[in-house]
Amino acid sequence: MKKRWYDYLWIASVLYLLLGFVNILFAWLGLLCFFIPLLISLIGGTKGYCNRYCGRGQLFGLLGGRFGLSRKKDIPGWMKSKAFRYGFLVFFFAMFFLMLWNTYLVFAGARDLREVVTLLWTFRLAWNWAYHGTLFHPGVAQFAFGFYSVMLTSTILGLVTMVLFKPRSWCVYCPMGTMTQLICKMKDPTRP
Amino acid sequence: MNTGTKRRRAVVDQTACVACGCCVKACPLQAIEIVRGVTARVNEEKCVGCGRCARECPASVIGIREVEA
Repeated sequence: MKKRWYDYLWIASVLYLLLGFVNILFAWLGLLCFFIPLLISLIGGTKGYCNRYCGRGQLFGLLGGRFGLSRKKDIPGWMKSKAFRYGFLVFFFAMFFLMLWNTYLVFAGARDLREVVTLLWTFRLAWNWAYHGTLFHPGVAQFAFGFYSVMLTSTILGLVTMVLFKPRSWCVYCPMGTMTQLICKMKDPTRP
Repeated sequence: MNTGTKRRRAVVDQTACVACGCCVKACPLQAIEIVRGVTARVNEEKCVGCGRCARECPASVIGIREVEA
């Protein structure tokens, strides 16, 4: 099948991850991966983002498929259950709001900027080498560190399940995918 | 029309489908689509049951069944 421009969005995903090692403020660009799928589902009522534009999914497909870095086994039943998918969505958003709260504390002057990237919500890695100051409030940088932590954590989880199960296993429990499908279900005029 | 012959077809477990669209990309005949962001749906006329979508599906919710043609 003929390749379209959006079939190369995996390059944008790789660039995004690399830029986070150069200057953490680039992490703000990741908001596109939140707002575009939401807008497509809210306005269009489709999962067009997952279906077409998700660079991260393409990256997993490429690494696990063409590069053969996947066992291509079935994902366990519990990981595709509604309980796990919705549970992970709730957990992910709870952690997201905790990150927003920490950003707020920096904005409010109640806490100093922490130049760390937190992996898997647990492991704090010094990331000061990717921070060269900001023209704005330190809170702007704090959000960047927090958001990059979210993106890197989900990439790692996605890579692990890519290796263990099928290349795009992340798509099964991706919180954005679960949320946009939920929005589509609610908007579906033929819903029972 | 029932001719007594059997054909292979992809069948989607629509309650478990995550509507990611991996199957759409895998299908060489454009015989599967995502309907309103909720689930995948197989076009019975076009599908020949090759199984590419089933192999690709990250949730493994597509099966290949024999049906009456």
